Amino acid sequence: MILDKIQRLGHRTLSKCAAFGRSGQILFQSIVARPAPMMMLPLLIKQIYFIGVLSLVIIVVSGAFIGMVLGLQGYTILVDYGSEQAVGQMVALSLLRELAPVVTALLFAGRAGSALTAEIGLMKATEQLASLEMIGVDPYRRIIAPRLYAGFICMPLLSMIFAVVGIWGAALVAVDWLGIYSGAYWANMQQAVDFREDVVNGLIKAVVFGFIVTWIAVYQGYDCVPTSEGISQATTRTVVYASLAVLGFDFVLTALMFGDL
Amino acid sequence: MGQDKPVVEGKALPLDDIIVEIRNMTFTRGSRKIFDDISLKIPRGKVTAIMGPSGTGKTTLLKLIGGQLHPDSGEILLDGQNIPKLNRKDLFIVRERMGMLFQSGALFTDMNVFDNVAFPIRVHTELPEVMIRDIVLMKLQAVGLRGAVSLMPSELSGGMARRVALARAISLDPDIVMYDEPFTGQDPIAMGVLVNLIKRLNQALGHTSIIVSHDIQETLSIADYIYVLSDGKIIAEGTPGMLKQQDSEQVRQFVDGLPDGPVPFHYPAPDLLDELMAGGVFK
Ligand SMILES: Nc1ncnc2c1ncn2[C@@H]1O[C@H](COP(=O)(O)OP(=O)(O)O)[C@@H](O)[C@H]1O
Ligand SMILES: [Mg+2]
Repeated sequence: MILDKIQRLGHRTLSKCAAFGRSGQILFQSIVARPAPMMMLPLLIKQIYFIGVLSLVIIVVSGAFIGMVLGLQGYTILVDYGSEQAVGQMVALSLLRELAPVVTALLFAGRAGSALTAEIGLMKATEQLASLEMIGVDPYRRIIAPRLYAGFICMPLLSMIFAVVGIWGAALVAVDWLGIYSGAYWANMQQAVDFREDVVNGLIKAVVFGFIVTWIAVYQGYDCVPTSEGISQATTRTVVYASLAVLGFDFVLTALMFGDL
Repeated sequence: MGQDKPVVEGKALPLDDIIVEIRNMTFTRGSRKIFDDISLKIPRGKVTAIMGPSGTGKTTLLKLIGGQLHPDSGEILLDGQNIPKLNRKDLFIVRERMGMLFQSGALFTDMNVFDNVAFPIRVHTELPEVMIRDIVLMKLQAVGLRGAVSLMPSELSGGMARRVALARAISLDPDIVMYDEPFTGQDPIAMGVLVNLIKRLNQALGHTSIIVSHDIQETLSIADYIYVLSDGKIIAEGTPGMLKQQDSEQVRQFVDGLPDGPVPFHYPAPDLLDELMAGGVFK
């Protein structure tokens, strides 16, 4: 009984380690081992379109609404202390440091990550990956690598767009509707936001999250059980694991960047 | 069929010019031995068929020859090169000499028929687009689907998809073409065309063809040499004439297409009556 449990625990630990090893191998094989930048360019552009451009709508809409909510909440709280001019600063800092990278990464996992997993999983199930190999084309280079790079490139850009749209949405609510003096809104923001401390750190987060989400998505697709059930489970795992990993890493990164550790 | 003498099992090959040789190969999946120390030779320029009930590992055998799976032990030699021992780069070079028609067709769903057939040519040659166009149209003409050149794979029926995949598999005129169940799902006309096509391609271009199939009549009609697999072993081999002459019960059952006999139709299982009588619920 106990032995059984220990054995199962050991087995699960081993298979988790093996899975981690395989995901590392995918990463290594596709982007470290044999890069082929020229061949990849058209494929990369296509993937940037699918992963990045098609995610724009959800990113812009979410960014605008989150910015508007921040503006509204910030105003109602700060107005009690007579410091509603600080809304700009509050909105900009919370977006740049936290909300833009984290929310973008969560949306990105749901919108692009799940699509990546399902697409690669289906390619596996319909033997397209195997037939690429038989034609003599390395699927790591042709299928995996452009998707990984596209994810790395798109995530920081989407995060920046999210922050810009959010700040603009907050301005719409706080300045245009609630009547804060616009000079104060923008001046406060400019004064409080430090390029290195806030903008760059936010971007670093976005880069890290983009890496994590894309890596998990691609790995889950490539490693899935090639049946419809296996693909649906892999897609779910992508969203769950990627979201948890993003939130966990966000804490670690925040502690490193702003926690004076 | 010429050879009417009864022949001792497994002792006569039509040719001694061998392109693929498998030596003492064992392959297991989980705890199941798919291949148990099998050896076989595939003659160059001929049509060799691998037959056997489904689930015996015919597809697995093709994947082993293509280097997509690795045997537990034994050698798979392609013109003397041991495929399981090749590194990734050499393996991809060797694969340029192979064309494989997958059971499901495996067309790339994001490209139309033309681009699918042109894909291997574009990857491996520097030919100008005009020439690629001519080659692709010729290959599609050969499989009777030139009119479908601009359709997407999702617009094709299963049989059509398989024929496009065949055109793609032969687009680079490989030395070896492996066909995984090419006849399944084809209507009688397409079937006849395919049988002829495989035969013709084999003769005209000097390909070595390896056909995996359980369609006995069609396979007997085009194969030069046949291996019959069952239970991880080769239970018979020979030319179609030799196989038809054999009186081994196993081979008779297979050639005559009988469900019951020494070749198991069932996946390994406990006795049905025992299992039913044992009662209880399914675990
Ligand atoms: N990916 C896999 N994982 C585990 N077992 C498999 C896998 N693919 C096939 N098998 C097993 O290998 C055996 C041979 O499969 P296959 O080569 O596809 O048979 P065939 O093509 O002769 O019908 C089957 O019994 C099947 O259960
Ligand atoms: Mg099969």
